[in-house]
Amino acid sequence: MELNLSVDLGNGLRLKNPVLTASGTFGYGIEYADFIDLSRLGGFIVKGTTLNPREGNDAPRMVETPSGMINAVGLQNKGVDHFVKHIYPLIADCGSEVIVNVSGASIADYQAVAERLADLPAIHAIEVNISCPNVKAGGMAFGTSCQGAAEVTAAVRRSWARHLMVKLSPNVTDIAGIAAAVEDAGADSVSLINTLLAMHIDVERQRPSISTITGGLSGPAVRPIAVRMVWQVARRVKIPVVGLGGIVNADDALQFIMAGATAIQVGTANFINPAASVQIVDGISDYLRRHNISDINQLRSIIP
Amino acid sequence: MSKRIQDFKIVNKASAGGNCLLTLLPLGTPDLHDITPGQFVQVQALAPEVLLRRPISVCDVTPDGHLILMVKPIGNATRHIDSLAVGDTLNLVLPLGNGFDTSDMQGRRALLVGGGVGVAPLVFLARALTAAGASVDICIGGRSAADIAGIDSLFVPDAHLHFATDDGSAGHHGLVTSLNAFSADYHRIYCCGPTPMMKAVAASARNRGTDCFVSLENMMACGLGACLCCIEKTVRGNICVCTEGPVFNINQLLWN
Ligand SMILES: Cc1cc2nc3c(=O)[nH]c(=O)nc-3n(C[C@H](O)[C@H](O)[C@H](O)COP(=O)(O)OP(=O)(O)OC[C@H]3O[C@@H](n4cnc5c(N)ncnc54)[C@H](O)[C@@H]3O)c2cc1C
Ligand SMILES: Cc1cc2nc3c(=O)[nH]c(=O)nc-3n(C[C@H](O)[C@H](O)[C@H](O)COP(=O)(O)O)c2cc1C
Ligand code: FES
Repeated sequence: MELNLSVDLGNGLRLKNPVLTASGTFGYGIEYADFIDLSRLGGFIVKGTTLNPREGNDAPRMVETPSGMINAVGLQNKGVDHFVKHIYPLIADCGSEVIVNVSGASIADYQAVAERLADLPAIHAIEVNISCPNVKAGGMAFGTSCQGAAEVTAAVRRSWARHLMVKLSPNVTDIAGIAAAVEDAGADSVSLINTLLAMHIDVERQRPSISTITGGLSGPAVRPIAVRMVWQVARRVKIPVVGLGGIVNADDALQFIMAGATAIQVGTANFINPAASVQIVDGISDYLRRHNISDINQLRSIIP
Repeated sequence: MSKRIQDFKIVNKASAGGNCLLTLLPLGTPDLHDITPGQFVQVQALAPEVLLRRPISVCDVTPDGHLILMVKPIGNATRHIDSLAVGDTLNLVLPLGNGFDTSDMQGRRALLVGGGVGVAPLVFLARALTAAGASVDICIGGRSAADIAGIDSLFVPDAHLHFATDDGSAGHHGLVTSLNAFSADYHRIYCCGPTPMMKAVAASARNRGTDCFVSLENMMACGLGACLCCIEKTVRGNICVCTEGPVFNINQLLWN
Protein backbone atom coordinates (compact mmCIF):
# COMPACT_ATOMS: atom_id res chain seq x y z
CA MET A 1 0.00 0.00 0.00
CA GLU A 2 1.23 3.48 -0.90
CA LEU A 3 1.41 5.47 2.36
CA ASN A 4 1.15 9.21 2.76
CA LEU A 5 2.96 10.48 5.83
CA SER A 6 3.28 14.09 4.73
CA VAL A 7 1.47 16.81 6.60
CA ASP A 8 0.84 20.48 5.89
CA LEU A 9 1.19 22.96 8.73
CA GLY A 10 0.26 25.90 6.52
CA ASN A 11 2.03 29.02 5.28
CA GLY A 12 4.72 27.10 3.41
CA LEU A 13 5.60 24.52 6.05
CA ARG A 14 5.03 21.07 4.58
CA LEU A 15 6.70 18.12 6.28
CA LYS A 16 7.50 14.79 4.61
CA ASN A 17 6.31 13.12 7.80
CA PRO A 18 4.85 14.37 11.08
CA VAL A 19 7.96 13.74 13.19
CA LEU A 20 9.99 16.71 14.38
CA THR A 21 12.52 16.82 17.20
CA ALA A 22 12.06 19.22 20.11
CA SER A 23 14.14 22.28 20.81
CA GLY A 24 16.89 21.86 23.38
CA THR A 25 16.90 18.09 23.09
CA PHE A 26 18.48 17.68 19.66
CA GLY A 27 21.27 20.27 19.64
CA TYR A 28 21.67 21.47 16.06
CA GLY A 29 20.92 18.06 14.61
CA ILE A 30 24.61 17.48 13.87
CA GLU A 31 25.03 15.82 17.27
CA TYR A 32 22.72 13.04 16.07
CA ALA A 33 24.02 12.61 12.53
CA ASP A 34 26.08 9.54 13.51
CA PHE A 35 22.94 7.75 14.68
CA ILE A 36 20.29 8.71 12.18
CA ASP A 37 19.86 10.04 8.68
CA LEU A 38 18.57 13.55 9.43
CA SER A 39 16.83 13.69 6.05
CA ARG A 40 14.40 10.99 7.23
CA LEU A 41 12.82 13.36 9.75
CA GLY A 42 9.96 15.68 9.00
CA GLY A 43 12.29 18.27 10.46
CA PHE A 44 14.16 19.29 13.56
CA ILE A 45 13.91 22.27 15.82
CA VAL A 46 17.24 23.66 16.93
CA LYS A 47 18.06 24.92 20.39
CA GLY A 48 16.58 28.07 21.85
CA THR A 49 18.26 30.98 20.08
CA THR A 50 18.47 34.45 21.60
CA LEU A 51 19.68 37.79 20.29
CA ASN A 52 22.81 37.85 22.43
CA PRO A 53 24.92 34.92 23.61
CA ARG A 54 23.78 33.43 26.93
CA GLU A 55 25.84 31.39 29.38
CA GLY A 56 22.76 29.76 30.91
CA ASN A 57 22.36 28.67 34.53
CA ASP A 58 24.90 27.27 36.96
CA ALA A 59 25.37 23.53 37.46
CA PRO A 60 23.72 21.31 38.48
CA ARG A 61 21.22 21.76 35.67
CA MET A 62 19.54 18.40 35.65
CA VAL A 63 18.00 15.83 37.93
CA GLU A 64 16.24 12.63 36.99
CA THR A 65 12.78 12.03 38.46
CA PRO A 66 10.41 9.07 38.01
CA SER A 67 9.92 8.70 34.24
CA GLY A 68 11.20 12.18 33.68
CA MET A 69 13.85 14.78 34.25
CA ILE A 70 13.92 18.35 35.50
CA ASN A 71 16.23 20.72 33.64
CA ALA A 72 17.40 24.26 34.15
CA VAL A 73 19.68 24.83 31.18
CA GLY A 74 18.62 28.47 30.99
CA LEU A 75 18.82 28.90 27.21
CA GLN A 76 22.59 28.65 26.92
CA ASN A 77 23.42 29.50 23.30
CA LYS A 78 25.88 31.59 21.33
CA GLY A 79 23.30 34.01 19.97
CA VAL A 80 21.57 34.38 16.62
CA ASP A 81 24.56 35.81 14.74
CA HIS A 82 26.62 32.74 15.61
CA PHE A 83 23.77 30.57 14.38
CA VAL A 84 23.53 32.47 11.11
CA LYS A 85 27.27 32.43 10.45
CA HIS A 86 28.47 29.10 11.79
CA ILE A 87 25.57 26.68 12.24
CA TYR A 88 23.19 27.45 9.41
CA PRO A 89 25.72 26.62 6.64
CA LEU A 90 26.24 23.18 8.18
CA ILE A 91 22.58 22.20 8.30
CA ALA A 92 20.83 24.20 5.57
CA ASP A 93 21.14 21.29 3.10
CA CYS A 94 20.39 18.42 5.45
CA GLY A 95 17.31 17.35 3.52
CA SER A 96 14.69 18.11 6.14
CA GLU A 97 13.07 21.21 7.55
CA VAL A 98 15.21 23.16 10.00
CA ILE A 99 13.07 25.19 12.38
CA VAL A 100 14.68 27.71 14.71
CA ASN A 101 13.37 28.05 18.26
CA VAL A 102 13.40 31.73 19.20
CA SER A 103 13.59 33.05 22.75
CA GLY A 104 13.85 36.52 24.21
CA ALA A 105 13.73 38.60 27.35
CA SER A 106 11.78 41.38 25.63
CA ILE A 107 9.49 41.72 22.64
CA ALA A 108 12.19 43.64 20.78
CA ASP A 109 14.58 40.71 21.32
CA TYR A 110 12.17 38.27 19.70
CA GLN A 111 11.68 40.57 16.75
CA ALA A 112 15.39 41.16 16.26
CA VAL A 113 16.10 37.42 16.19
CA ALA A 114 13.28 36.82 13.70
CA GLU A 115 14.56 39.61 11.46
CA ARG A 116 18.07 38.11 11.31
CA LEU A 117 16.67 34.68 10.50
CA ALA A 118 14.64 36.16 7.65
CA ASP A 119 17.86 36.31 5.58
CA LEU A 120 18.18 32.52 5.64
CA PRO A 121 16.29 30.96 2.72
CA ALA A 122 16.30 27.40 4.09
CA ILE A 123 14.56 28.39 7.32
CA HIS A 124 10.88 28.09 6.45
CA ALA A 125 9.61 28.34 10.00
CA ILE A 126 10.44 29.58 13.46
CA GLU A 127 9.05 28.32 16.73
CA VAL A 128 8.61 31.11 19.24
CA ASN A 129 9.13 30.01 22.83
CA ILE A 130 6.83 32.17 24.92
CA SER A 131 7.72 30.39 28.17
CA CYS A 132 10.62 32.81 28.65
CA PRO A 133 10.46 35.27 31.54
CA ASN A 134 9.53 38.80 30.46
CA VAL A 135 12.13 41.02 32.09
CA LYS A 136 9.88 44.10 31.87
CA ALA A 137 6.97 42.30 33.52
CA GLY A 138 9.04 41.31 36.54
CA GLY A 139 10.09 37.98 35.06
CA MET A 140 6.62 36.55 34.58
CA ALA A 141 6.63 34.37 31.48
CA PHE A 142 5.08 35.96 28.36
CA GLY A 143 3.15 32.77 27.76
CA THR A 144 1.29 32.73 31.06
CA SER A 145 -1.25 35.40 30.10
CA CYS A 146 -3.38 35.75 26.98
CA GLN A 147 -2.23 39.34 26.62
CA GLY A 148 1.51 38.58 26.94
CA ALA A 149 1.25 35.63 24.55
CA ALA A 150 -0.69 37.67 21.98
CA GLU A 151 1.70 40.62 22.20
CA VAL A 152 4.79 38.53 21.42
CA THR A 153 2.98 36.72 18.64
CA ALA A 154 1.71 39.90 16.99
CA ALA A 155 5.12 41.56 17.22
CA VAL A 156 6.98 38.61 15.72
CA ARG A 157 4.29 38.32 13.06
CA ARG A 158 5.24 41.81 11.87
CA SER A 159 8.92 40.76 11.59
CA TRP A 160 8.50 37.30 10.10
CA ALA A 161 6.41 36.45 7.04
CA ARG A 162 7.08 32.71 6.80
CA HIS A 163 5.57 30.02 9.02
CA LEU A 164 5.20 31.15 12.63
CA MET A 165 4.76 28.40 15.21
CA VAL A 166 4.18 29.51 18.78
CA LYS A 167 5.18 27.14 21.57
CA LEU A 168 2.86 27.22 24.55
CA SER A 169 3.66 26.90 28.21
CA PRO A 170 1.62 24.33 30.13
CA ASN A 171 2.02 26.30 33.36
CA VAL A 172 -1.31 28.06 32.92
CA THR A 173 -4.90 27.58 34.00
CA ASP A 174 -6.46 27.56 30.54
CA ILE A 175 -4.03 26.61 27.77
CA ALA A 176 -6.79 26.61 25.14
CA GLY A 177 -7.50 30.25 25.95
CA ILE A 178 -3.84 31.13 25.40
CA ALA A 179 -3.85 29.15 22.13
CA ALA A 180 -6.88 31.10 20.91
CA ALA A 181 -5.18 34.40 21.77
CA VAL A 182 -2.08 33.37 19.85
CA GLU A 183 -4.18 32.28 16.88
CA ASP A 184 -5.95 35.65 16.81
CA ALA A 185 -2.56 37.41 16.97
CA GLY A 186 -1.44 35.74 13.75
CA ALA A 187 0.28 32.45 14.58
CA ASP A 188 0.28 29.82 11.80
CA SER A 189 0.43 26.92 14.28
CA VAL A 190 0.89 26.22 17.98
CA SER A 191 3.17 23.62 19.56
CA LEU A 192 2.66 22.24 23.06
CA ILE A 193 3.77 21.47 25.63
CA ASN A 194 6.89 23.10 26.91
CA THR A 195 8.17 21.76 30.25
CA LEU A 196 6.11 21.77 33.44
CA LEU A 197 7.44 23.78 36.35
CA ALA A 198 8.76 21.27 38.89
CA MET A 199 11.06 20.79 41.86
CA HIS A 200 13.17 18.10 43.46
CA ILE A 201 14.98 18.12 46.79
CA ASP A 202 18.14 16.18 47.57
CA VAL A 203 17.18 14.95 51.03
CA GLU A 204 20.68 13.73 51.95
CA ARG A 205 22.26 17.10 51.22
CA GLN A 206 19.14 19.01 52.36
CA ARG A 207 19.07 21.28 49.34
CA PRO A 208 17.38 21.60 45.94
CA SER A 209 18.82 19.22 43.33
CA ILE A 210 19.26 21.90 40.67
CA SER A 211 20.86 25.32 40.98
CA THR A 212 17.71 27.28 40.14
CA ILE A 213 15.58 25.41 42.74
CA THR A 214 12.74 24.92 40.25
CA GLY A 215 13.09 23.73 36.66
CA GLY A 216 11.23 22.19 33.77
CA LEU A 217 9.89 18.64 33.90
CA SER A 218 9.94 16.62 30.68
CA GLY A 219 9.80 12.98 29.63
CA PRO A 220 7.11 10.26 29.83
CA ALA A 221 5.92 11.61 33.21
CA VAL A 222 4.31 14.60 31.48
CA ARG A 223 2.74 12.72 28.55
CA PRO A 224 -0.84 12.26 29.82
CA ILE A 225 -1.02 15.96 30.68
CA ALA A 226 0.36 16.90 27.27
CA VAL A 227 -2.13 14.67 25.43
CA ARG A 228 -4.98 16.23 27.38
CA MET A 229 -3.78 19.75 26.59
CA VAL A 230 -3.33 18.99 22.88
CA TRP A 231 -6.85 17.62 22.76
CA GLN A 232 -8.26 20.73 24.47
CA VAL A 233 -6.34 23.10 22.21
CA ALA A 234 -7.16 21.25 18.99
CA ARG A 235 -10.88 21.55 19.80
CA ARG A 236 -10.51 25.27 20.34
CA VAL A 237 -8.34 26.57 17.48
CA LYS A 238 -8.43 26.21 13.70
CA ILE A 239 -4.66 26.46 13.08
CA PRO A 240 -2.63 23.22 13.16
CA VAL A 241 -1.41 21.91 16.50
CA VAL A 242 2.01 20.31 17.03
CA GLY A 243 2.01 17.94 19.99
CA LEU A 244 4.85 16.99 22.29
CA GLY A 245 5.65 15.91 25.80
CA GLY A 246 7.03 12.52 26.73
CA ILE A 247 6.82 10.87 23.32
CA VAL A 248 9.20 7.89 23.18
CA ASN A 249 7.60 5.61 20.58
CA ALA A 250 5.13 5.54 17.71
CA ASP A 251 2.13 4.71 19.92
CA ASP A 252 2.84 7.79 22.02
CA ALA A 253 3.10 9.89 18.87
CA LEU A 254 -0.20 8.50 17.59
CA GLN A 255 -1.98 9.44 20.82
CA PHE A 256 -1.13 13.07 20.09
CA ILE A 257 -2.22 12.79 16.46
CA MET A 258 -5.52 11.17 17.44
CA ALA A 259 -6.02 13.92 20.03
CA GLY A 260 -5.71 16.50 17.24
CA ALA A 261 -2.04 17.11 16.47
CA THR A 262 -0.96 17.51 12.85
CA ALA A 263 2.68 16.87 13.71
CA ILE A 264 4.59 15.80 16.82
CA GLN A 265 7.99 16.47 18.40
CA VAL A 266 10.34 14.04 20.10
CA GLY A 267 12.28 15.54 23.02
CA THR A 268 13.76 13.81 26.05
CA ALA A 269 13.53 10.45 24.24
CA ASN A 270 16.50 11.52 22.09
CA PHE A 271 18.68 11.33 25.19
CA ILE A 272 17.64 7.77 25.98
CA ASN A 273 17.66 6.46 22.44
CA PRO A 274 19.49 8.66 19.93
CA ALA A 275 17.65 6.88 17.09
CA ALA A 276 14.19 7.33 18.66
CA SER A 277 12.94 9.94 16.19
CA VAL A 278 13.53 7.86 13.07
CA GLN A 279 12.21 4.73 14.78
CA ILE A 280 9.01 6.67 15.46
CA VAL A 281 8.72 7.50 11.73
CA ASP A 282 9.04 3.79 10.94
CA GLY A 283 6.66 2.86 13.74
CA ILE A 284 3.98 5.18 12.41
CA SER A 285 4.30 3.60 8.94
CA ASP A 286 3.98 0.14 10.48
CA TYR A 287 0.87 1.21 12.35
CA LEU A 288 -0.77 2.60 9.22
CA ARG A 289 -0.05 -0.61 7.32
CA ARG A 290 -1.33 -2.76 10.15
CA HIS A 291 -4.55 -0.78 10.31
CA ASN A 292 -4.91 -0.47 6.56
CA ILE A 293 -4.85 3.33 6.64
CA SER A 294 -3.16 5.00 3.69
CA ASP A 295 -2.84 8.55 4.95
CA ILE A 296 -1.66 9.77 8.36
CA ASN A 297 -4.03 12.72 8.04
CA GLN A 298 -6.97 10.33 8.41
CA LEU A 299 -6.02 9.70 12.03
CA ARG A 300 -5.92 13.32 13.10
CA SER A 301 -8.58 14.29 15.65
CA ILE A 302 -10.32 10.95 15.56
CA ILE A 303 -10.97 11.56 19.24
CA PRO A 304 -13.53 14.34 18.80
CA MET B 1 34.52 5.32 13.40
CA SER B 2 31.43 7.13 14.47
CA LYS B 3 29.35 7.12 17.63
CA ARG B 4 26.94 4.22 17.74
CA ILE B 5 24.32 2.35 19.73
CA GLN B 6 25.57 -1.16 20.33
CA ASP B 7 24.66 -4.27 22.31
CA PHE B 8 27.28 -6.04 24.39
CA LYS B 9 27.16 -9.41 26.09
CA ILE B 10 28.47 -9.80 29.62
CA VAL B 11 31.05 -12.60 29.44
CA ASN B 12 32.61 -12.21 32.88
CA LYS B 13 31.84 -10.57 36.19
CA ALA B 14 34.37 -9.90 38.91
CA SER B 15 35.02 -7.33 41.58
CA ALA B 16 37.82 -4.88 42.27
CA GLY B 17 38.04 -2.38 45.08
CA GLY B 18 34.46 -3.22 46.05
CA ASN B 19 33.25 -2.30 42.54
CA CYS B 20 31.63 -4.51 39.95
CA LEU B 21 33.93 -5.33 37.05
CA LEU B 22 32.21 -6.35 33.82
CA THR B 23 33.88 -7.90 30.80
CA LEU B 24 31.79 -7.19 27.71
CA LEU B 25 31.87 -8.74 24.27
CA PRO B 26 30.62 -6.48 21.47
CA LEU B 27 27.78 -7.92 19.39
CA GLY B 28 27.47 -6.85 15.77
CA THR B 29 30.47 -4.75 14.72
CA PRO B 30 33.14 -6.24 16.93
CA ASP B 31 35.76 -3.56 16.36
CA LEU B 32 36.58 -1.42 19.41
CA HIS B 33 39.71 0.15 17.92
CA ASP B 34 38.23 3.60 17.77
CA ILE B 35 37.94 3.89 21.57
CA THR B 36 40.65 5.91 23.28
CA PRO B 37 41.56 6.09 26.99
CA GLY B 38 39.44 8.54 28.98
CA GLN B 39 36.38 8.14 26.79
CA PHE B 40 33.13 6.89 28.27
CA VAL B 41 29.97 5.02 27.32
CA GLN B 42 26.31 5.70 28.10
CA VAL B 43 24.80 2.58 29.61
CA GLN B 44 21.12 1.77 29.47
CA ALA B 45 19.92 0.32 32.77
CA LEU B 46 16.45 -1.20 32.42
CA ALA B 47 15.63 -0.67 36.07
CA PRO B 48 12.56 0.79 37.80
CA GLU B 49 12.57 4.61 37.95
CA VAL B 50 15.59 4.86 35.65
CA LEU B 51 14.98 6.79 32.45
CA LEU B 52 18.28 8.23 31.31
CA ARG B 53 21.42 6.36 30.38
CA ARG B 54 24.34 6.52 32.82
CA PRO B 55 27.85 7.62 31.89
CA ILE B 56 30.51 5.03 32.75
CA SER B 57 34.20 5.32 31.87
CA VAL B 58 35.89 2.86 29.59
CA CYS B 59 38.03 0.99 32.11
CA ASP B 60 39.89 -0.98 29.49
CA VAL B 61 39.80 -2.32 25.95
CA THR B 62 41.69 -5.59 26.09
CA PRO B 63 43.95 -6.80 23.27
CA ASP B 64 41.47 -9.62 22.61
CA GLY B 65 38.67 -7.14 21.92
CA HIS B 66 36.73 -6.97 25.17
CA LEU B 67 35.42 -3.83 26.81
CA ILE B 68 35.85 -3.60 30.58
CA LEU B 69 33.64 -1.40 32.75
CA MET B 70 34.02 -0.81 36.48
CA VAL B 71 30.79 0.15 38.20
CA LYS B 72 30.26 1.29 41.76
CA PRO B 73 26.74 0.39 42.90
CA ILE B 74 25.37 3.55 44.50
CA GLY B 75 21.86 4.08 43.09
CA ASN B 76 19.10 2.48 41.03
CA ALA B 77 20.98 2.28 37.75
CA THR B 78 24.37 1.21 39.02
CA ARG B 79 22.85 -1.34 41.42
CA HIS B 80 20.88 -2.79 38.52
CA ILE B 81 24.02 -3.07 36.40
CA ASP B 82 25.75 -4.75 39.34
CA SER B 83 22.91 -7.30 39.52
CA LEU B 84 23.24 -8.42 35.90
CA ALA B 85 24.61 -11.90 35.21
CA VAL B 86 27.05 -13.41 32.77
CA GLY B 87 25.15 -13.90 29.49
CA ASP B 88 22.96 -10.80 29.93
CA THR B 89 23.22 -8.03 27.36
CA LEU B 90 23.88 -4.37 27.93
CA ASN B 91 23.04 -1.60 25.46
CA LEU B 92 25.65 1.14 25.17
CA VAL B 93 26.10 4.38 23.26
CA LEU B 94 29.79 4.82 22.50
CA PRO B 95 32.49 6.05 22.18
CA LEU B 96 31.86 9.39 23.90
CA GLY B 97 34.01 12.25 25.12
CA ASN B 98 37.46 13.47 24.22
CA GLY B 99 39.81 11.13 26.11
CA PHE B 100 43.27 11.77 27.54
CA ASP B 101 46.00 13.44 25.54
CA THR B 102 48.66 10.74 25.24
CA SER B 103 50.66 12.37 22.47
CA ASP B 104 54.29 13.11 22.87
CA MET B 105 54.95 10.76 25.81
CA GLN B 106 57.53 8.41 24.34
CA GLY B 107 60.52 8.04 26.69
CA ARG B 108 58.86 10.32 29.22
CA ARG B 109 57.44 9.80 32.69
CA ALA B 110 53.73 9.98 33.40
CA LEU B 111 52.03 10.03 36.78
CA LEU B 112 48.49 8.63 37.03
CA VAL B 113 46.55 9.39 40.21
CA GLY B 114 43.22 7.77 41.04
CA GLY B 115 40.73 7.04 43.78
CA GLY B 116 37.47 5.11 43.95
CA VAL B 117 35.95 4.31 40.54
CA GLY B 118 38.16 7.11 39.21
CA VAL B 119 40.75 4.37 38.88
CA ALA B 120 38.75 2.93 35.97
CA PRO B 121 39.92 5.14 33.07
CA LEU B 122 43.52 4.97 34.31
CA VAL B 123 43.68 1.25 33.49
CA PHE B 124 43.26 1.81 29.76
CA LEU B 125 45.39 4.96 29.93
CA ALA B 126 48.29 3.05 31.51
CA ARG B 127 48.04 0.44 28.76
CA ALA B 128 48.16 3.11 26.04
CA LEU B 129 51.00 5.07 27.65
CA THR B 130 53.24 2.06 28.19
CA ALA B 131 52.54 0.95 24.61
CA ALA B 132 53.58 4.43 23.50
CA GLY B 133 56.90 4.02 25.31
CA ALA B 134 56.21 6.12 28.40
CA SER B 135 57.25 5.16 31.90
CA VAL B 136 54.16 5.07 34.08
CA ASP B 137 53.78 5.55 37.84
CA ILE B 138 50.33 5.08 39.31
CA CYS B 139 49.32 6.36 42.74
CA ILE B 140 46.03 5.00 44.02
CA GLY B 141 44.23 6.07 47.17
CA GLY B 142 41.42 4.50 49.16
CA ARG B 143 39.87 4.62 52.60
CA SER B 144 41.02 1.14 53.52
CA ALA B 145 42.42 -2.12 52.10
CA ALA B 146 39.00 -3.12 50.71
CA ASP B 147 38.97 -0.11 48.37
CA ILE B 148 42.14 -1.20 46.62
CA ALA B 149 41.74 -5.00 46.75
CA GLY B 150 42.29 -6.51 43.32
CA ILE B 151 43.07 -3.18 41.66
CA ASP B 152 46.72 -4.06 40.94
CA SER B 153 45.81 -6.98 38.68
CA LEU B 154 43.86 -4.65 36.33
CA PHE B 155 46.93 -2.74 35.20
CA VAL B 156 49.54 -3.67 32.62
CA PRO B 157 52.53 -5.26 34.39
CA ASP B 158 54.96 -2.55 33.23
CA ALA B 159 53.22 0.16 35.26
CA HIS B 160 54.63 0.99 38.69
CA LEU B 161 51.84 0.94 41.27
CA HIS B 162 51.84 2.76 44.61
CA PHE B 163 48.99 2.50 47.13
CA ALA B 164 47.88 4.70 49.99
CA THR B 165 44.97 4.26 52.43
CA ASP B 166 43.44 6.65 54.92
CA ASP B 167 43.55 4.07 57.72
CA GLY B 168 46.88 2.47 56.79
CA SER B 169 45.32 -0.98 56.38
CA ALA B 170 47.16 -1.39 53.09
CA GLY B 171 49.99 0.49 51.40
CA HIS B 172 51.18 3.82 52.68
CA HIS B 173 49.24 5.37 55.60
CA GLY B 174 47.91 8.72 54.37
CA LEU B 175 46.69 10.52 51.26
CA VAL B 176 47.89 9.71 47.73
CA THR B 177 49.57 13.08 47.62
CA SER B 178 51.87 12.01 50.46
CA LEU B 179 53.28 9.02 48.53
CA ASN B 180 56.96 9.42 47.63
CA ALA B 181 56.27 8.57 44.00
CA PHE B 182 53.75 11.41 43.84
CA SER B 183 56.46 14.01 44.27
CA ALA B 184 58.92 12.72 41.65
CA ASP B 185 59.47 14.57 38.37
CA TYR B 186 56.94 13.88 35.62
CA HIS B 187 56.29 15.17 32.15
CA ARG B 188 52.54 14.95 32.68
CA ILE B 189 50.07 14.11 35.43
CA TYR B 190 46.66 12.50 34.82
CA CYS B 191 44.06 12.27 37.58
CA CYS B 192 40.58 10.84 38.04
CA GLY B 193 38.89 10.47 41.40
CA PRO B 194 36.83 12.30 43.99
CA THR B 195 36.81 16.08 43.43
CA PRO B 196 38.86 16.90 46.56
CA MET B 197 41.57 14.51 45.35
CA MET B 198 41.58 16.02 41.86
CA LYS B 199 41.78 19.53 43.28
CA ALA B 200 44.73 18.60 45.52
CA VAL B 201 46.54 16.95 42.61
CA ALA B 202 45.81 19.94 40.37
CA ALA B 203 47.17 22.34 43.00
CA SER B 204 50.36 20.31 43.31
CA ALA B 205 50.79 20.12 39.53
CA ARG B 206 50.33 23.86 39.26
CA ASN B 207 53.01 24.43 41.92
CA ARG B 208 55.39 22.13 40.12
CA GLY B 209 54.60 23.60 36.73
CA THR B 210 53.67 20.16 35.40
CA ASP B 211 51.06 19.61 32.70
CA CYS B 212 48.00 18.08 34.35
CA PHE B 213 44.77 16.55 33.08
CA VAL B 214 41.75 15.63 35.18
CA SER B 215 38.62 13.71 34.24
CA LEU B 216 35.33 15.21 35.50
CA GLU B 217 32.12 13.41 36.41
CA ASN B 218 29.39 16.02 35.97
CA MET B 219 25.77 14.90 35.83
CA MET B 220 24.77 14.09 32.26
CA ALA B 221 21.59 13.51 30.29
CA CYS B 222 22.40 12.98 26.60
CA GLY B 223 26.18 12.50 26.60
CA LEU B 224 26.17 13.87 23.05
CA GLY B 225 26.50 17.63 23.44
CA ALA B 226 22.82 18.17 22.72
CA CYS B 227 21.21 19.07 26.06
CA LEU B 228 23.82 21.27 27.76
CA CYS B 229 23.04 19.71 31.15
CA CYS B 230 26.65 18.73 31.91
CA ILE B 231 28.45 22.06 31.65
CA GLU B 232 31.56 23.05 33.59
CA LYS B 233 32.61 26.67 34.07
CA THR B 234 35.92 27.15 32.31
CA VAL B 235 38.15 29.94 31.11
CA ARG B 236 36.20 29.67 27.85
CA GLY B 237 32.80 29.95 29.57
CA ASN B 238 30.33 27.14 30.22
CA ILE B 239 31.32 24.14 28.14
CA CYS B 240 30.03 20.60 27.73
CA VAL B 241 31.83 17.96 29.76
CA CYS B 242 30.42 15.19 27.58
CA THR B 243 31.93 16.40 24.31
CA GLU B 244 34.76 18.81 25.18
CA GLY B 245 35.60 16.67 28.23
CA PRO B 246 35.40 14.66 30.39
CA VAL B 247 39.17 15.24 30.35
CA PHE B 248 40.35 18.79 30.89
CA ASN B 249 43.73 20.40 31.17
CA ILE B 250 43.60 22.02 34.62
CA ASN B 251 44.52 25.39 33.13
CA GLN B 252 41.07 25.37 31.47
CA LEU B 253 39.22 25.02 34.79
CA LEU B 254 38.29 27.68 37.34
CA TRP B 255 39.52 25.67 40.30
CA ASN B 256 41.70 28.15 42.14
C1 LIG C 1 32.22 10.82 32.38
C2 LIG C 1 31.74 10.00 33.57
C3 LIG C 1 32.34 8.79 33.81
C4 LIG C 1 31.91 7.99 34.88
N1 LIG C 1 32.52 6.79 35.07
C5 LIG C 1 32.07 5.96 36.03
C6 LIG C 1 32.64 4.66 36.18
O1 LIG C 1 33.55 4.25 35.44
N2 LIG C 1 32.13 3.86 37.15
C7 LIG C 1 31.10 4.28 37.97
O2 LIG C 1 30.68 3.49 38.81
N3 LIG C 1 30.58 5.50 37.88
C8 LIG C 1 31.01 6.36 36.92
N4 LIG C 1 30.43 7.62 36.79
C9 LIG C 1 29.37 8.02 37.73
C10 LIG C 1 28.06 7.34 37.35
O3 LIG C 1 27.60 7.85 36.12
C11 LIG C 1 27.01 7.56 38.45
O4 LIG C 1 27.42 6.91 39.59
C12 LIG C 1 25.66 7.01 38.03
O5 LIG C 1 25.10 7.85 37.06
C13 LIG C 1 24.72 6.92 39.20
O6 LIG C 1 23.47 6.41 38.75
P1 LIG C 1 22.49 5.62 39.75
O7 LIG C 1 21.15 5.53 39.14
O8 LIG C 1 23.10 4.35 40.18
O9 LIG C 1 22.49 6.55 41.00
P2 LIG C 1 21.55 7.81 41.24
O10 LIG C 1 20.41 7.36 42.08
O11 LIG C 1 21.29 8.51 39.97
O12 LIG C 1 22.53 8.66 42.09
C14 LIG C 1 23.04 8.18 43.33
C15 LIG C 1 23.93 9.22 43.89
O13 LIG C 1 25.02 9.47 42.99
C16 LIG C 1 25.06 10.82 42.58
N5 LIG C 1 25.35 10.84 41.16
C17 LIG C 1 24.49 10.52 40.16
N6 LIG C 1 25.05 10.69 38.97
C18 LIG C 1 26.30 11.14 39.20
C19 LIG C 1 27.37 11.53 38.38
N7 LIG C 1 27.28 11.51 37.04
N8 LIG C 1 28.49 11.93 38.94
C20 LIG C 1 28.59 11.98 40.28
N9 LIG C 1 27.63 11.64 41.10
C21 LIG C 1 26.49 11.23 40.59
C22 LIG C 1 23.69 11.36 42.87
O14 LIG C 1 23.74 12.74 43.17
C23 LIG C 1 23.23 10.57 44.05
O15 LIG C 1 23.68 11.13 45.25
C24 LIG C 1 30.86 8.43 35.74
C25 LIG C 1 30.25 9.67 35.49
C26 LIG C 1 30.68 10.45 34.43
C27 LIG C 1 30.02 11.76 34.15
C1 LIG D 1 17.45 19.85 28.35
C2 LIG D 1 16.26 20.52 27.73
C3 LIG D 1 16.40 21.76 27.11
C4 LIG D 1 15.29 22.39 26.53
N1 LIG D 1 15.45 23.59 25.89
C5 LIG D 1 14.39 24.19 25.28
C6 LIG D 1 14.54 25.41 24.56
O1 LIG D 1 15.64 25.95 24.43
N2 LIG D 1 13.43 25.97 23.99
C7 LIG D 1 12.19 25.38 24.09
O2 LIG D 1 11.23 25.92 23.56
N3 LIG D 1 12.03 24.22 24.75
C8 LIG D 1 13.09 23.61 25.35
N4 LIG D 1 12.91 22.41 26.02
C9 LIG D 1 11.57 21.81 26.09
C10 LIG D 1 11.38 20.72 25.05
O3 LIG D 1 11.53 21.22 23.74
C11 LIG D 1 10.01 20.05 25.19
O4 LIG D 1 9.01 21.04 25.08
C12 LIG D 1 9.83 19.35 26.52
O5 LIG D 1 11.02 18.73 26.91
C13 LIG D 1 8.68 18.33 26.51
O6 LIG D 1 8.91 17.31 25.58
P1 LIG D 1 9.60 15.89 25.97
O7 LIG D 1 8.89 15.39 27.19
O8 LIG D 1 9.43 15.03 24.77
O9 LIG D 1 11.03 16.19 26.27
C14 LIG D 1 14.02 21.77 26.60
C15 LIG D 1 13.89 20.52 27.23
C16 LIG D 1 14.97 19.88 27.78
C17 LIG D 1 14.80 18.54 28.43
S1 FES E 1 25.10 15.55 28.74
FE1 FES E 1 23.91 16.53 27.23
S2 FES E 1 25.28 18.04 26.56
FE2 FES E 1 26.52 16.90 27.90
